[in-house]
Amino acid sequence: MKKFINKIDNILIESLSGFATAHSDLVTLHLDPNFLTRKNKAQNKVAVISGGGSGHEPLHAGYIGYGMLDAACPGHVFTSPTPDQMLMAAEAVHADKGILFIVKNYAGDVMNFEMAAEMLPFESATVLTSDDCAVINSTYTTGRRGVAGTVIVEKCVGSLAETGADLQTCKALGDKVNNRTASIGIALTSCTVPAAGRPTFDIGDTELEMGVGIHGEPGRRRETMREADELVRDCVDAILADFKARDLDTANNSEALLLINGFGATPLMELYLIYNTAAKLFSQHSIQISRSLVGNYTTALDMAGASVTLCLLDDEIKRHWDSPVHTAALRHER
Amino acid sequence: MNTEFIIEAAKAIQQSILANEHTLESLDRAIGDGDHYINMKRGANVIVEIEAELAPLKPSEALNKIGIKLLSTIGGASGPLLASFFISMAKVLESQAHENQGLKENGDESTLKIATAFAAGVQAIIQRGKANLGEKTMLDVLIPVSNQFVLLTTQNCDIKLICATLIHTAEQGMLATKDLIATKGRAAGLGERAIGHIDPGAKSCQLMIEAVCKLSLKELNG
Repeated sequence: MKKFINKIDNILIESLSGFATAHSDLVTLHLDPNFLTRKNKAQNKVAVISGGGSGHEPLHAGYIGYGMLDAACPGHVFTSPTPDQMLMAAEAVHADKGILFIVKNYAGDVMNFEMAAEMLPFESATVLTSDDCAVINSTYTTGRRGVAGTVIVEKCVGSLAETGADLQTCKALGDKVNNRTASIGIALTSCTVPAAGRPTFDIGDTELEMGVGIHGEPGRRRETMREADELVRDCVDAILADFKARDLDTANNSEALLLINGFGATPLMELYLIYNTAAKLFSQHSIQISRSLVGNYTTALDMAGASVTLCLLDDEIKRHWDSPVHTAALRHER
Repeated sequence: MNTEFIIEAAKAIQQSILANEHTLESLDRAIGDGDHYINMKRGANVIVEIEAELAPLKPSEALNKIGIKLLSTIGGASGPLLASFFISMAKVLESQAHENQGLKENGDESTLKIATAFAAGVQAIIQRGKANLGEKTMLDVLIPVSNQFVLLTTQNCDIKLICATLIHTAEQGMLATKDLIATKGRAAGLGERAIGHIDPGAKSCQLMIEAVCKLSLKELNG
């Protein structure tokens, strides 16, 4: 393992401290329990809080700020944060209109946020994101995983919350965005959890994992490396099949947001190459890509690979996607 | 069981987890996301670290404190699940203490009370994790162990026999996860790909039960 590390136990705190100092105009870091809040506490709005294991940066702390999150709770690397973090964060940002938790659908995150919600002295609601269509939703799974589509949910819900909308309205928009979003990822290499010191999974030089999760956990199948166009086509087909299976209408020149997300070790050059193919393929299926996002928005430490996310827009989602946002990782002008 | 035993059990669990680093890591690398050993180690260490805080407490208070500490320390799925176990176990011991039943003259909890509390703890894991037997999780160890524990204590079996049986039951449950398709927990997304791999959560539960039962046997044998 070759990483920038002083002491393994200090990685998280040192990284959080660096983040908070670099973005001291936007966030405040609180330690023990660890959480980050918006620099200037917002008033009279639903407080939007997210959190999850670290290692997915800029998710979630990078999305704290005007138009998005009020607080984020970082767990250890790839490990859910704990209820004491959520409770303290809620206490700090609560602004009389309740707490909305945005939680990626992973067993640990779900249970920890659930216990926090039970212990919370305020009204709360939860949006569970489950955009990853690699793992088929059925009674035999814990459900789909929440991955890069979470960024779109956080952006839209955050925008709506700024207008003073109530808790249930914010939750409803979050659920809608999640329902209109699908993602699938490909890993070309494994990631290495610093404390483990070696790659999370073994993968050959000519292999890829189709449908990988954002912790390097397996997806649909192990495949042999092929041309990018073919790989992107499989991703696009998987997303279209998922929309079809869920009765989401993609006909009639539907407008959509296309997010090409890097997992941490794939250069932007390749991400744009993926975008180029994906946008063409979706347009062949009469889906008009009218909004785009390309970059590292939901990473998996140092994993090479990328995910394709498509969100079907409607007027409401488009309005909230386009609205001003001022965070470390996402900024639209007012 | 008294608080001194609980502290000794925490140390025995810590040793067992640390000694099985390689096993737990390789199991979780096969069908999990690779953090199980780190989380278990963090949890085991923190309980041993608060030994001095636990020592003056009643058994029920000590178990509750262990639960709260694990909840804020482990994270992941193991945190809330193990925390729910200890907090529920503590609640049962506490309510039974009020009724002043089963408390032996020396302040020790009776075996039947412990079995009842253990069963309540396992029930809490079932509810929190929304899982049950045969889904390739820690419950494949905990449910059979809990059932055996309650059965043997209601039959007034000798503690040595109970411990020996529970060690065996835990091992059988752990090994049985190898051939299961995961429908809950870390490997649920893998379908048939998880067949042939023991569930790491089942393995760590088996190790913990074995450690506590062996400690109990050792104390009985003086």
